[in-house]
Amino acid sequence: MQSKQVDIVIGVKNVSKSFGDNHVLNDFTLDVFKGENIVVLGKSGSGKSVLIKCIIGLMKQDKGDINVLGKSVADLSSDELDQLRSKVGFLFQSNALYDSMTVRENLEFPLRRHGKSLSQSEMDMAVQQALESVGLAHTENMMPSELSGGMKKRIAIARTLILKPEIILYDEPTTGLDPITGKGISELILEIQRKFNTSSIIISHDMHCVKIVANRIVMLIDGECYKIGTYEELSHSDDQRIREFFD
Amino acid sequence: MSDNAFIRFLKEAGELSAFTGRFFKELFKPRQEWRELLRQCFYVGNHSLALVGTTAFIMGLVLTIQSRPTLVEFGAEAWLPKMVSISLIREIAPVITALICAGKVGSGIGAELGSMKVTEQIDAMDVSGTNPFKYLVVTRVLATTLMLPVLAVIADAVALYGAYLGANIKGVVSWQLYWSQVFEALSYSDALPAFVKTYFFGFAIGIVGCYKGFNSNKGTEGVGRSANSAVVVSSLLVFVLDLIAVQIADILGFT
Ligand SMILES: Nc1ncnc2c1ncn2[C@@H]1O[C@H](COP(=O)(O)OP(=O)(O)O)[C@@H](O)[C@H]1O
Ligand SMILES: [Mg+2]
Repeated sequence: MQSKQVDIVIGVKNVSKSFGDNHVLNDFTLDVFKGENIVVLGKSGSGKSVLIKCIIGLMKQDKGDINVLGKSVADLSSDELDQLRSKVGFLFQSNALYDSMTVRENLEFPLRRHGKSLSQSEMDMAVQQALESVGLAHTENMMPSELSGGMKKRIAIARTLILKPEIILYDEPTTGLDPITGKGISELILEIQRKFNTSSIIISHDMHCVKIVANRIVMLIDGECYKIGTYEELSHSDDQRIREFFD
Repeated sequence: MSDNAFIRFLKEAGELSAFTGRFFKELFKPRQEWRELLRQCFYVGNHSLALVGTTAFIMGLVLTIQSRPTLVEFGAEAWLPKMVSISLIREIAPVITALICAGKVGSGIGAELGSMKVTEQIDAMDVSGTNPFKYLVVTRVLATTLMLPVLAVIADAVALYGAYLGANIKGVVSWQLYWSQVFEALSYSDALPAFVKTYFFGFAIGIVGCYKGFNSNKGTEGVGRSANSAVVVSSLLVFVLDLIAVQIADILGFT
């Protein structure tokens, strides 16, 4: 599987980002390879969400460069950015389902808005497929408020899958879910990686989830990339700052 | 403390102005959201029509009942329709309509956008190929701006009808006589400034509601606060604009 030259789908180079005196990211560097699930592990408030929001262009870094699928995100025009975003799924921590819309309308929204001119039957098909991939067929006429926490998460994942993204960014996918539901979501993330060959960044501090989904783990500490390794490697580390997460 | 509040006020006013500036910049950018605009117009009308109508009716009725004794004292009872209709058309109906909409629609916009903001729905639109400012803010501000005058005209009609009933409680004014007196009293220079200012009222309600919602703080408490201050600020702005409108109308000779 490891060819000599591995494709880098996301390249984050020396990125810094501050809010006033709050220096959130300091010279952060990370490469994400094609097809891998990389977990960003860090305490709450350490800047994990800021990192992936810079990657998708919702925030702009102060310094450094972020390259996604060969394009430098900060330099894109808004049309080019939209174009790129149609290939990058983003799962929000709070799901961000539109609560005035049904599940079907939620799923159709990115399809319509990204200007995919599909016929109604193609649209129906895409919605059905996305719902089936998350194991929730027949929910299309429900409102988000009628869904349980785990179901909302699955629908939100379906909404990112519907555009068949090459990259998915998951912001704390299991936070706030009970352990069993969380495990289901973690397994779904793994299944998506295998089935669609997506590359993903998964933000988490839920070690059960991390263990299931991670190919590699990045420790985000003090705004820097403190350490990168597999679960095996990091869990045997004797560095106190890494140990805290694994104990 | 008062210094602090003053600085906060200036800061807020500055931010609101910048938000308004952004509205005009985004207004003409491509991809107009016609469908959403239509939906919002319907929403604004549908959600405040009954309330506006009821309030206007009561105001017309009550104002007439209250004004009668004074006019009777001066032996000017016949002037009742004229006097009341001028008050209603120039001032009461537009302002009441605006206040009702500030309470109903302004707070609704503040709460809706506020909760969309804190649950990241606005960011989600952004990553789904949609400019959330155009889709959410521009459509809502246009909807309130366009619909408030419509509601105000309806309020005018209902209030005048209320006044007709009020005039007939203790006196007798025929339907024909009432309306001929009303239209004799009212002139272009009464109706036009009153109509024009409702556009500004509508704009103020929309822009303040959106501004408050868009800048909502994290947490459900932040959402409540957005909705609440949307009502307070936009109601206050309605009165300030009313004051300015009177001055401008005066200068332009609409007296
Ligand atoms: N829009 C913003 N304005 C100011 N500060 C922010 C903003 N977004 C995040 N921050 C700050 O950046 C830090 C990191 O936030 P975040 O990335 O959300 O943390 P987490 O790692 O828990 O996802 C926090 O201290 C937060 O207060
Ligand atoms: Mg976060």
